[in-house]
Amino acid sequence: MAVSLAHYLTVAAILFSIGIFGIFVNRKNLIIILMSIELMLLAVNINFVAFSAFMNDLMGQIFTMLVLTVAAAEAAIGLAIVVVFYRAHRSIEVEDINQLKG
Amino acid sequence: MIAAAIAFYVFATMAVIGGLNVIFQRNPVHSVLWLILTFFNAAGLFVILGAEFVAMILVVVYVGAVAVLFLFVVMMLDINITVIREGIHKYVWAGLLVGGVLLAELVTVFTSWVMFDDAASLSTAPTPDPNVITNTEALGNILYTDYVYLFQAAGIILLVAMIGSIVLTYRTRTGVRKQVIADQVARRPSDTLEMVKVESGKGLQ
Repeated sequence: MAVSLAHYLTVAAILFSIGIFGIFVNRKNLIIILMSIELMLLAVNINFVAFSAFMNDLMGQIFTMLVLTVAAAEAAIGLAIVVVFYRAHRSIEVEDINQLKG
Repeated sequence: MIAAAIAFYVFATMAVIGGLNVIFQRNPVHSVLWLILTFFNAAGLFVILGAEFVAMILVVVYVGAVAVLFLFVVMMLDINITVIREGIHKYVWAGLLVGGVLLAELVTVFTSWVMFDDAASLSTAPTPDPNVITNTEALGNILYTDYVYLFQAAGIILLVAMIGSIVLTYRTRTGVRKQVIADQVARRPSDTLEMVKVESGKGLQ
């Protein structure tokens, strides 16, 4: 019954896989894909904090804060790009974003 | 100890349920709300692990800033919910394949790895006794002394993100009447006012 490191890592693995799956499933809404990326980053953070707690090393939590910073910056820039694209094309479907296709 | 185990299973289950609902909800607003629930449960997991500061940062930054930003953008864009779900089944098997294989690999690795014997002695920043130094204080000691350049770099990243999103979304709209303070202040009576001597018995023009 005792919760070990493997339990936390499994939860993180499940969340990461959900994030990957979400990127494949959602072909119509770019915002859901950004949310899937946030889920994956959250899974990585759970890994960092779990290792930090079970190995008695605080570096994992420092890294978690840096990952949080980058995730916040990424969300801001990504959503700004989505807004600009929506203004230009009135749509945020993945199939419509193909202007760079050769 | 048993309470911690129960709390772990509750938080973990709710986090996974929340994650599944994020990607399967029809309405993007509901997705954001499930994402917020997932973040709260992950913060609960962090509290169980003894990382109180990171847990609170998760709530403040993710729930308070990022999720609200998502909510703003979702509500600002007029997305047609009914057409969103068309064509979902085209990629669902590829997604299941990739996600399932990745999950199997990760679980296999996570459940069968062995820690190196000297690993505990190699830690760069050993956790101090939480009864003497709190988690927040210990993190601050490390972050502001050993990793101050990383801290500054994180600040630069946030500054770049702020400027970038402002530059991306800013637009000068034409045909909008706006107050121009400089023009108002620079206006002189001689520009607009003309004194006319009117002879009695006659009008102007």
